[in-house]
Amino acid sequence: GFIVKRELSQKAKLSIYSDLVNVFYEMVTALPGDQPPVVMVTHKDRYFVHVRQGGLFWVATTTADSSPFTIIEFLNRLSALVKDYCGVLNETNITENFALIYELLDEVLDYGYIQTTSSDILKNFIQTEAVSSKQFNLFDLSNVGLFGADTQQSKVAPSTAATRPIQGSREGGKSEIFVDVIERMSVVIGSNGVLMKADVEGEIRVKCYMPNCSEIRIGLNEEFSIGKSQLRGYGAAVRVDECSFHQAVRLDEFDNHRILRLSPSQGELTVMQYLLSDELPSAPPFRLFPTIERDKGGRLIVYLKLRCDLPPNSLFISPCVFNIVVSLSQELSSPDQRAELRPESRAVVWNIPRFAGGTQLSALFKLDIPDLSSASLLEVGPVSLSFELPKLTATGLQIRFLRLSPIQPSQSQRWVRYVTHSDSYTIRV
Amino acid sequence: MPYLSGEETVKELRRALCNPNVHSDPLRHRNAVLRVIRAMSQGVDVSALFSEMVKACATVDIVQKKLIYIFLCSYAAVNPELSLLVINTLRKDCQDPNPMVRSLALRNMTNLRLSSLVEYVEQPLIAGLRDRAACVRRVAVLGWAKLHDLQPDSEIDAAVVNELYSLLRDPDPVVMVNCLRALEGILKEEGGVVINKPITHHLLNRLKECDIWGQCEVLKFLQRYQPQSEDELFDILSLLDASLVSPHPPVMAATVGLFLSLCGSLPAVGLSALRRAQGPLLAACGSGSREMRFTALCHIQLLLRSLPGLLGAHYKRFFCGYAEPAFIKQRKMKVLVELVNDDNVAMLLDEMKGYCTDVNPDTAQAAISAIGHIGRSYSDRSLEILVGLLGLKQDHITSAVVQTMRDLLWVCPQCSSTVCLALEECEDTMQDAQGRQALLWMLGVYGERISSAPYKLEVFIDDVRNETSAGVKLELLTASMRLFLCRPAEMQDMLGRLLHHYIEEETDMCVRDQALLYYRLLHCGKEETEKVLQGRRSDPSLGVLIGPPAESISQWAHSFNTLAPLLQSTFKPDSKPQLSDALRCDPVETSGNCPDKQMDSSTHIQTSSSAAPLSLSVSPALSPEKFERLWLQPRAQHDEHAAEDDCLWIEESIQCPAVFQCSAQSLQASLQLVNVQTLAFTPAHARPWKVYLYTRMQLDSRGSTLILGELVHCEEEPVNEKERTRAPAAAPQEEKTVRVTLRQQPRDDETLKAFLSILTTVLHTHSSSNETLP
Repeated sequence: GFIVKRELSQKAKLSIYSDLVNVFYEMVTALPGDQPPVVMVTHKDRYFVHVRQGGLFWVATTTADSSPFTIIEFLNRLSALVKDYCGVLNETNITENFALIYELLDEVLDYGYIQTTSSDILKNFIQTEAVSSKQFNLFDLSNVGLFGADTQQSKVAPSTAATRPIQGSREGGKSEIFVDVIERMSVVIGSNGVLMKADVEGEIRVKCYMPNCSEIRIGLNEEFSIGKSQLRGYGAAVRVDECSFHQAVRLDEFDNHRILRLSPSQGELTVMQYLLSDELPSAPPFRLFPTIERDKGGRLIVYLKLRCDLPPNSLFISPCVFNIVVSLSQELSSPDQRAELRPESRAVVWNIPRFAGGTQLSALFKLDIPDLSSASLLEVGPVSLSFELPKLTATGLQIRFLRLSPIQPSQSQRWVRYVTHSDSYTIRV
Repeated sequence: MPYLSGEETVKELRRALCNPNVHSDPLRHRNAVLRVIRAMSQGVDVSALFSEMVKACATVDIVQKKLIYIFLCSYAAVNPELSLLVINTLRKDCQDPNPMVRSLALRNMTNLRLSSLVEYVEQPLIAGLRDRAACVRRVAVLGWAKLHDLQPDSEIDAAVVNELYSLLRDPDPVVMVNCLRALEGILKEEGGVVINKPITHHLLNRLKECDIWGQCEVLKFLQRYQPQSEDELFDILSLLDASLVSPHPPVMAATVGLFLSLCGSLPAVGLSALRRAQGPLLAACGSGSREMRFTALCHIQLLLRSLPGLLGAHYKRFFCGYAEPAFIKQRKMKVLVELVNDDNVAMLLDEMKGYCTDVNPDTAQAAISAIGHIGRSYSDRSLEILVGLLGLKQDHITSAVVQTMRDLLWVCPQCSSTVCLALEECEDTMQDAQGRQALLWMLGVYGERISSAPYKLEVFIDDVRNETSAGVKLELLTASMRLFLCRPAEMQDMLGRLLHHYIEEETDMCVRDQALLYYRLLHCGKEETEKVLQGRRSDPSLGVLIGPPAESISQWAHSFNTLAPLLQSTFKPDSKPQLSDALRCDPVETSGNCPDKQMDSSTHIQTSSSAAPLSLSVSPALSPEKFERLWLQPRAQHDEHAAEDDCLWIEESIQCPAVFQCSAQSLQASLQLVNVQTLAFTPAHARPWKVYLYTRMQLDSRGSTLILGELVHCEEEPVNEKERTRAPAAAPQEEKTVRVTLRQQPRDDETLKAFLSILTTVLHTHSSSNETLP
């Protein structure tokens, strides 16, 4: 047996094998902290492998000699499938759609062996309709702004637009396609302002809700080049170090015209993944000028000046790590910002809801710390930023065009969205 | 909500299912069934509804059918008789024109798992194998495996087995893979599915058609195949080259696993495959899924055991992200420690320094001990950071730093002056017993160089009544004794108080006995006491001159792509075996915790002087520096009779074909059995291959003689004719000799010859045992 039992459980709700689920639940909660390891031993030579997706545990039981890569990839794929079918991954949605998930599992796994996870094949077999917990409404503007612009100017797709069940299109729902370019930056900037590490991992994701679209052609920047040696075009090159494609992508036009061709399946598909390491084409988006000192009263004064060249959507900064902080007083440059002390993570978090590009913000924190010595200053640090930059890619990768064939009826909508997340953006002080 | 009123729910559901109005409306009927399944998934026992559900099974609505089958499969075991009623419906469905219905019926028929139903299932299963639709064949093939599992004793018809083998050529790749899986289960007794040459090549050719799961499975099965010739092997390998760099981590891992098992006899090919796979592995380390990252990191750790420094240039990829979970951070640090080299050490330590103040104390501790590890090769830089951390005056950090310093001293005694200076400044009292133990050990062993040591001990001794940890008590005793030996004036009063307290008031017998032992020992005089208490200050088994050797791939190849690498405890201080070897003879152990051991070593010296003239011993230990100094002393004359300052050099050749191919650990272990201590190794594949060792031999009356030795194997150098005649039997095996150079001081020809014969025996047994390994 490979994955021995039909898996799936989340927080002990669907208890097909209730004893196993309970055992797992106990083991997971018995672990210190919120970071359980991937594998745990059970009593009977069985192992639990679990991943966390959407706040749920996805668990498989297996034997010691099976491949962890396969199981984890499968669990991730399964959660993506469930997400495709149910719209959003959360506990209520899962319990609402249990019948669909049973059906899905039945087709994906037989006797513990993975049969298929391709949504193209599965769509022929899956009959149950998804139960959507919330009605999708394009004009619900409260959510606008997580993702940005599109190919049809001035229209904004709400971030929830793509989180809906794939089967909706069957009932004559809106036919839409989303092409997302998502990049994750991990940056370390030294205390002297020197860029110590800068990696960008990116991917192009296609979410397709068009039942009768046979081929998509995605054009990337013509100057796109892979590897160090190869440079194309005369403009500023868009370079990545490594690049890999989904097996369904046909690359015959890629070498000359940088066009990806694929026949989309319903649901989400990661078309291309790429990586740029140790280099950023432009300056890092945020620069921080910290001053940390001790005042006469034994308080720690942290003065932060933050300069931003690009407008982020939301920004959290957690500058200080301290063991004991008694109180905090703050002076922030704008009233809509907030700063709070998080004792459990020993950090001060500075929350900046709006930050216009090319501007500068500052914050002054005064921290009361018992037994503050000069050595304690060493303990301050690193400042970590988490942000989301819409309409922007760190590598400069752009989608030149998106063509669908056969030509889609006019009411179909095509969205191209760019976003850059901070995977880890650390500035040492 | 779900667990309340289970019975009420069941009653209500039954009412709904029996209602004729519900039956007439397909949608309402389906909803009623849906509610049953929901109750089931919420943990309500709905098995009482079995007969109602069986009745509801006769429907044309596929969704309802599916739901009911889920129910039936869960409760069939409880109601075997009633399940018989379902079989007819299922068999009828197997004839349905819709292939989806056929496969559904067949799958659930086999999922019922009732041995009483086997006779009804076989016939549809045979028909299923020949079905037109691939999805039915897939189900039918696996159905046989389920059937076999249900009745492991009954033989599956040979005709079926043949049919399954022939279905390996099925046009549908999933059917092919399912056949492999089913045959593996059915033929488990006979060793699983046979993978012969035609099947292998068939599978390889069709690999591209499978999806990634199928590819992984096929690659795993192919591990069983042994190519008949080297040409065939290389054909296979070149076919698989594309999968080796596949962007899908599972395929890449399965391919690497296959390469490693195919190239068992060609380690160089295996190594180059690993080098090629490093790109995809690194990519997996940056995967969006943290579980996948963790898996990749664990496997990179494996890789580094054989290819140390492989990813040295990519060290930045292993820097920890701020929000990463602790288990990933700790793994990354372990990898970083392995990647350190002259170019990146500054950056790496700077980065590590940031982790030392992590919010999670375990992560902080792991970072500190990682810095200590780097200190084994870059002691100055690391110690600077460690000493700086002491200034933070944070309890858990201080404790971790002190422990790390102790471990570092044990391996690199040359760091002692810096550490002593730092300890002088450190005035904290730690809450953590481990940290206090480490501090006490250092105060005891290096007490003569820390001027404030007695005052630090005094704090402990004054507080002795509040001490709870037995380990700390024992360590305190030993430390006080040691310090007393070198600074009697300051310690006498304190030691007296301590001994008195432990002998009179202590309830822990182990501590009390130790105190009594020391008390009596003091009566025997200073020399005796010194002899007992002078334990090792450093670990002589670790290669200081040369870094730890690379392991051969075969040591870990079997665990690649299994759960084993992920299972290693996250909190284990060391992952490398040779380092855990070092921990086994942890200083605390040898000096304090085990009084028996202590006595052992001293009695050993006494008894051995009177008994066998050929007893070897490694105590007192020889530091690597001293070894180096002695070894590099100029050899006055190079011949056998260099009697200069009572020292003797000889050179010999020993025939032992494979000794230099085996791992350093095993050789070291076997030499330790005869009390020969190895000081340093070159990696197994390096040429010339060298080992440095030493031992002491008991002479009849004149005390002991120290023997230093060097083993060299060097392929280029022709071996002396004269020496080859000593072992004529092995003469045809050219260049398979190890040249031995020994230095003895003071000289004694008898014992030296005896030692040489011991060494020869060890090397012979070792190389022969190594040869028998596949």
